[in-house]
Amino acid sequence: MANDSYGNLTLNGLWKNNIGLVQLLGLCPLLAVSSTVVNALGLGLATTLVLLASNASVSLIRNLVRPEIRIPAFMMIIASFVTAIDLAMQGWLFELHKILGIFIPLIVTNCAILGRAEAFASRTTVDRAAIDGFMMGIGFTIVLLLLGGMREILGQGTLFSNAHLMFGEAARGWTITLIGDYRGFLLAILPPGAFIGLGLLIAVKNIIDERLSRPVASVSVGEVIEQN
Amino acid sequence: MSARNALMRHMLRTALLLAIFAVLGTSLVALTFKATEQPIAESQRAALLRKLHALVPDHVHDNDMFTDVIKVRDPRLGSNQPMRVFRARLQGQPVAVVIEAVAPEGYGGDISLLIAIRHDGQLLGVRVTQHRETPGLGDAIDEERSDWIHSLAGRSLRNPSPNGWRVKRDGGEFDQFTGATITPRAVIKAVYRALQFYRAQGDTLYIKGEEHGK
Repeated sequence: MANDSYGNLTLNGLWKNNIGLVQLLGLCPLLAVSSTVVNALGLGLATTLVLLASNASVSLIRNLVRPEIRIPAFMMIIASFVTAIDLAMQGWLFELHKILGIFIPLIVTNCAILGRAEAFASRTTVDRAAIDGFMMGIGFTIVLLLLGGMREILGQGTLFSNAHLMFGEAARGWTITLIGDYRGFLLAILPPGAFIGLGLLIAVKNIIDERLSRPVASVSVGEVIEQN
Repeated sequence: MSARNALMRHMLRTALLLAIFAVLGTSLVALTFKATEQPIAESQRAALLRKLHALVPDHVHDNDMFTDVIKVRDPRLGSNQPMRVFRARLQGQPVAVVIEAVAPEGYGGDISLLIAIRHDGQLLGVRVTQHRETPGLGDAIDEERSDWIHSLAGRSLRNPSPNGWRVKRDGGEFDQFTGATITPRAVIKAVYRALQFYRAQGDTLYIKGEEHGK
């Protein structure tokens, strides 16, 4: 299927079928954890890893598993990977794990992951499933980062604060203070800020899509006329 | 009869398959657990040690506070769970204790505290280890967010007097935050109760279970 080319999978994950902006799946962690860039990056990468691993293994066993038990089998795979990643983060990214707290184990309930397993990975080859999982995860991470960046700048006037929790002591100086002596804008940090921010991001994506679709349509019409 | 047998076999095979997945999944988790057990314990220990050392600097004591520890259950520590008391000593003489305590009246529930008290009853300092206070308002009790928590260092049961152990809104000596009075009020109360606990216990905190600490 030409539809399943790697390029197409990439475009789907990053833009056309983005989990956060188009499918609107997994919003609970997306909204809760996107208060700073570093938190967003932590959750985004953890979700990407889970998506990649679960998609690949679901595809691997797709001919083994019977339809009646496919959902419990998928859930078991996803839950195992999430628990493993949760433990690994606790071991090696202890402070970040403490901040992200319950949202790492809750990746299990991110319907985007079961959704990809059921709708895509269980019907395609391992390499395609892996690429789809990876790209979906990266698309989700990008949305998290954008939202995190917006909320962090508006909310506390900084960018990359607490980077040392993820990248070690060397990253302590990475924090960029954009607005010195900023009193903070509470709305951006609290949950309403997340909803408003996500709404704005979706709106921007829709505007871009609309702009793109117009010239493309006219060009293709023009080509047809020339051929005639 | 054979149709029934076929159904039975089908069910058994399906169940077996699911069981195999369960075993595989569980072994993955078990393996990761084994591999991360050590790093997790070390990270937890390191995080706690950093906090302990920030409160009781290395040069005032010469024992390993992390292992010189007893567990105490007392309502004045804000919890019905046993709380840890770390002891600092210099050449066997008591220097200070760091008490785990909970401020149960936080705006977002329990606020976990580490309260360091010098042998003479003066506060060396307080740190918040876990809280769910409102970001941007109540989270100013966190050392990373503001210097407020440092205003507790050097205080004791007599400084200020019992009436002063309140936030300014309640007529006391401690600042509250704009828009958040409940959080600092809860912390002040918890610290005051811990100090009372310390005075009531006296030197028994340093003796009890000493042999286990070594």
